[in-house]
Amino acid sequence: MINFHLNGQPRSVAAAPDTSVLELLRDTLGQTGTKEGCASGDCGACTVAIGEPDAAGQMHYHSANACIMPAHQLQGRQLVTVEGLADGDTLHPAQAAMVTCHGSQCGFCTPGIVMSLFTLHEAQTATPAPLTPERLEAALGGNLCRCTGYRPIRDAALTMSEHPAPRQAWWRQALAPMNTAQTDAVKTDAVKTDSTPPGERFLQPTTLAALLAERVRFPDAPLVAGGTDLWLNVTQNLTRYDGVIDVSRVDELSRIETATLDDGREGWWIGAAVTYSRLAPLLDEHYPAFAHLLHRLGSAQIRNRGTLGGNIANASPIGDTPPVLLALNARLLLAGPEGERELALDAFFLDYKKTALRENEVIRAIFLPHPEPTGNLNVWKLSKRREDDISALLGAFHWRLEEGVLREVRLAFGGMAAISKRAYIAEAALEGQAPTEAAFTAARAALLDEFSPMSDVRGSADYRQLAAANLLERLRRVVTATDTAEEVMLNAYAH
Amino acid sequence: MRTLTKLNPLDPEAASDVGDDSAAAREEQAGRIKGDGPLARDTVEAPPHRHVHQHAQAHESAVKHVTGRAAYIDDLKAPADTLHIALGLSPVAHGRLTHLDLARIRALPGVVDAVGLDDVPGHTDIGPVFPGDPIFVEEEISYAGQVLFAVAAESYRAAREAVKAAFDANMITVDVELPSLDAVAAAERGEFVRPTHVQQRGDWEKALSDAAHVIEGEQFVGGQEHFYLEGQACLVTPTEDEGVVVHTSNQHPSETQKLVAEVLGIALHAVTVEVRRMGGGFGGKETQASPWACIAALFCRRTGRAARVRLPRSEDMRATGKRHPFHNRYRLGVDQNGIIQGGEITVIGDCGYSPDLSDAIVDRAMFHSDNAYSLGAARVTGHRARTHTASNTAFRGFGGPQGMMAIEAAMDDIARHLGEDPLTVRKRNFYRKDHQTTRRDITHYGQPVDQTGLLHTLVEQLEASSDYWARREEIAAFNAQSSVIKKGLALTPVKFGISFTAKHLNQAGALLHVYTDGSVMINHGGTEMGQGLHTKITQVVARELGLDVNVVRISATRTDKVPNTSPTAASSGADLNGQAARDASVKLKARLFDFAADHFFPGQGADSDDMRLEAGYLIAGYGESEQRIPWGELVQAAYFGRVSLSEKGFYATPLIHYDRSVGQGNPFYYYAFGAAVSEVSVDTLSGEYQVTRVDILHDVGDSLNPAIDIGQVEGGFIQGMGWLTSEELKWNDAGQLLSTGPATYKIPTFGDLPPVFNVALMEGHPNSMASIYRSKAVGEPPFMLAISVWSALRDALASLAGYREAPRLDTPATPERVLLAAEALRAQETT
Repeated sequence: MINFHLNGQPRSVAAAPDTSVLELLRDTLGQTGTKEGCASGDCGACTVAIGEPDAAGQMHYHSANACIMPAHQLQGRQLVTVEGLADGDTLHPAQAAMVTCHGSQCGFCTPGIVMSLFTLHEAQTATPAPLTPERLEAALGGNLCRCTGYRPIRDAALTMSEHPAPRQAWWRQALAPMNTAQTDAVKTDAVKTDSTPPGERFLQPTTLAALLAERVRFPDAPLVAGGTDLWLNVTQNLTRYDGVIDVSRVDELSRIETATLDDGREGWWIGAAVTYSRLAPLLDEHYPAFAHLLHRLGSAQIRNRGTLGGNIANASPIGDTPPVLLALNARLLLAGPEGERELALDAFFLDYKKTALRENEVIRAIFLPHPEPTGNLNVWKLSKRREDDISALLGAFHWRLEEGVLREVRLAFGGMAAISKRAYIAEAALEGQAPTEAAFTAARAALLDEFSPMSDVRGSADYRQLAAANLLERLRRVVTATDTAEEVMLNAYAH
Repeated sequence: MRTLTKLNPLDPEAASDVGDDSAAAREEQAGRIKGDGPLARDTVEAPPHRHVHQHAQAHESAVKHVTGRAAYIDDLKAPADTLHIALGLSPVAHGRLTHLDLARIRALPGVVDAVGLDDVPGHTDIGPVFPGDPIFVEEEISYAGQVLFAVAAESYRAAREAVKAAFDANMITVDVELPSLDAVAAAERGEFVRPTHVQQRGDWEKALSDAAHVIEGEQFVGGQEHFYLEGQACLVTPTEDEGVVVHTSNQHPSETQKLVAEVLGIALHAVTVEVRRMGGGFGGKETQASPWACIAALFCRRTGRAARVRLPRSEDMRATGKRHPFHNRYRLGVDQNGIIQGGEITVIGDCGYSPDLSDAIVDRAMFHSDNAYSLGAARVTGHRARTHTASNTAFRGFGGPQGMMAIEAAMDDIARHLGEDPLTVRKRNFYRKDHQTTRRDITHYGQPVDQTGLLHTLVEQLEASSDYWARREEIAAFNAQSSVIKKGLALTPVKFGISFTAKHLNQAGALLHVYTDGSVMINHGGTEMGQGLHTKITQVVARELGLDVNVVRISATRTDKVPNTSPTAASSGADLNGQAARDASVKLKARLFDFAADHFFPGQGADSDDMRLEAGYLIAGYGESEQRIPWGELVQAAYFGRVSLSEKGFYATPLIHYDRSVGQGNPFYYYAFGAAVSEVSVDTLSGEYQVTRVDILHDVGDSLNPAIDIGQVEGGFIQGMGWLTSEELKWNDAGQLLSTGPATYKIPTFGDLPPVFNVALMEGHPNSMASIYRSKAVGEPPFMLAISVWSALRDALASLAGYREAPRLDTPATPERVLLAAEALRAQETT
């Protein structure tokens, strides 16, 4: 049973492990305000708000795509949908602003947009902050509208605070207690056993030990954190999962801890189940280039659910974070029944969607080093659309200029091979060299030898080759541009 | 105070734009409407309610949209035993269906029924205008995504799983043949879905040979997926006789009614089609919504159970047609000032596998290959190439945008060739009043362009408000000192012909009911897809009856309320249905006045000229003798007086004609105009770019609802920008579509909204023709304003070659295409 609150009312509903929140809402509960536009987390029509209480019982909301969120992850949460916002005839400010700004035309994307505005409104209520273009893009970039062209939606976001605050913000109240036997069951890893019928095996361990035990017991059950990739198998490929292991509540995978490695490097262990949204403040402070990339990774709905561990484990050649982590010399902490081990990230990706993960092993955490005081990181993502698009090509470059020569040059690319990969030969062409045209010409030539990208829906092989080489030219200009104010890239893409 | 009929002081230029044709139209309509001439009279007036509060009325469903109460097809409650349908789509682009084992498919878990072509009792060809669209494949497979069979099951998931299982277990086998995917090659081989059409005026060959310069070019203009947020969907329920009720997301209910009846082999009166609203249409639900209704109706009649279809996004994108990709060529002779003397333009529309609406679409591309410019002595040829892709179909602009791309490319080319600013060249080539032999006010298909003064005035206003020339200088200075980032600027105009070019479609009906409590129901033939048509129609009726808009309601578009309707397309929804609704209102009003004269004012000699409906009252007389009867009282009295409170209305657009045998005529009732200035910044190392500022001035005549019209202008522009920039349809060599969802097909999103976006409606220029309250159609014309973005990209790229050359830039101009164009220019400069 899934025990949760829907728009303030406790609910207890049975569902197969591979049910999505959207299916639960529309098919089981008859709540059709939330729409399906794509069933792949790309359009935002199904956006809902998920409320999670902190230790003090204070509710925190994030937006999510209901179409690819496992319904069982609602366990113990507040689910707010578009039907729940109005107080009788009094609209929520997000709704009222959409009406007065003429923000809906066909209206199909509107419920999702209202819910994204709702989470923005909640964030503004908790901590008012200027609604910069970047902030609005971050809040609304995951909601496609085909009718309006977005201007009236932008106006609605900017003016919703002028509408009266909701009289009954019931969603801010602590969750009413639910059926305790069932909530206890959530916390008890031992409840699901070999005798649990398939179809009821949505496993939610809360400790690493329990996670590893489930892994051994149900080897066919996939791991899920945010579901932002895995659930496409369900909605697009019609894959059925009798059992699913949810890592999102495993304590050890949810922490961000400072650490010192054996080699003396200092940094953080980022739990594999830490979402992009939770990681963002740390990156904002220490790695602005990486933080900027996160703004272009998926949408708010995706960043609220997707995790660093998931991005690495699925080993896609066009994952956004692996090249950056490669350029930063990140390491992994892998945990298995036989214990834990560390592994350099560049030893992890073996081939297309093939990793060094052993049977029953999970990624526990990712080591992100502290930034080097004189080190630089550039992250450049190329895609057809700036927001919410998958990379055609991504270059992540680490370098340091020391007495006029380049040091610790690490050039990593996504979209150029079957895996995210360092360009070792091009790196060698630059390491220890002055940043001259000649050195970079050699590096660009090396790049062409090192990579044979493919042509696909996101770009041709020729374009990828050319653009990758040009990113090195951009890097040269950045490295040498200390004496000129000339822009070498567009503001909208820069950080 | 009496509201007198008086012309608002018009701009003299605009007043002179009221042409002879307009006067003729007024006469023609005046005679047709009872009461002699209220339409003709009122439509030349500035609308009396122009600035009242309700003018910018919110969308009639706005509150329902934002609360989730607005119901779309898949939200409709259906009987518990409703069947769910999934489609078996061809995995190959060309081939033969060699084996389809429906018996085994019917035995799959959860499956209730499965059907193929042999199970259709009536017609099997559901081509909308011309034959060529089989409901299921008989033998030859013509595109990847074509429907081979359909399954009805107890659940949506079971239906989809059954289709997957049927393919996995080889219950369907196909032989693969080589697909034809290149429209240009197909045209060269003479593989057409419809015959080639030619429009010609003057001696184009002589114009070319006498010209000072000849400008030649070619371009590929990509297609576009509609990406309506609500995919194709319908719910069909059985009636107690042989028929069905079809709830569908659909721009053309009457056609679906006809096709469902034909497929079932029953009369049209047994089929009722209802459309409350669509979650977006854009042309993608004009013909493409019918097949699913036909298939669901088939299951419904076979099983006696309700049946519903909704296409998963990837299937929707594979199965349905898109905007036609075009290949355009132009060869134009210009004088030393860059003014076109004549030449030829050839457009090849990639129609996909069947005619669908392609004849009219390629025609419209031809009609708009001049855009706002006189082509002089020109020949325009339009080919309709057949390829093995989904049958391309209507999409906002209906071929017009693709046609305009040719001449807008040529304008840039001419400017570079002469070293002039592209805007200067554009303005020199505008249609202008010209009664000499060259007649630069007549199109290549023989229609005089009314309101040329408006075009010039509009562009001048925009030029000034956008600060075009100062920014041009700033950009030149910026580009001179910036080696990587290059800025570009362009102003492009739009002249778009309004009317269906299929003349018979230019008609509309409406049905008006007044109930005894005074509430009003209006039904009409148009469908609501977000464009605000129902809002505008309720405003028309409310205004005619002097009521608050909230008193007037539209239930849904239903074929049993208003029959034999045209599709809601060609931007004509408000033009046609607004007039029909007004016609009904005016007739009813006249009847009420006649009744009131006898009933309320007997012996006072009151006639309808002394009466008016305003603010919820019937008001008779003036000044001291004024008398007011509340609307509710009037309606009650009329009911007891046995006066009919129901009326139907009708409208047919006057004057239009086109003789296809000679390619000449006046196919359009009028033209809508607009212009946009776009500025872009391009990173010439990566191909990334940003649209940094857009200024738009657009002509909607006297707006029926400025909020809705601005919404159409902005939304159309952004959609057009998506078409020309990020929206890329990709197929593999086997003809399978690769861009089958929002992950791979990128429509504009929030961040693509230009940071500076100044959009205004042209004021003070009512439609010169007698249209509904002198408004103009607005659905499609703004779409083409986005050509300015593409032209600005070309402008930025041209800076790499000293503005001596306009680089070829096929569309969509993705970062990849922009980068490759930049590299080509740079390579050329260094050699």
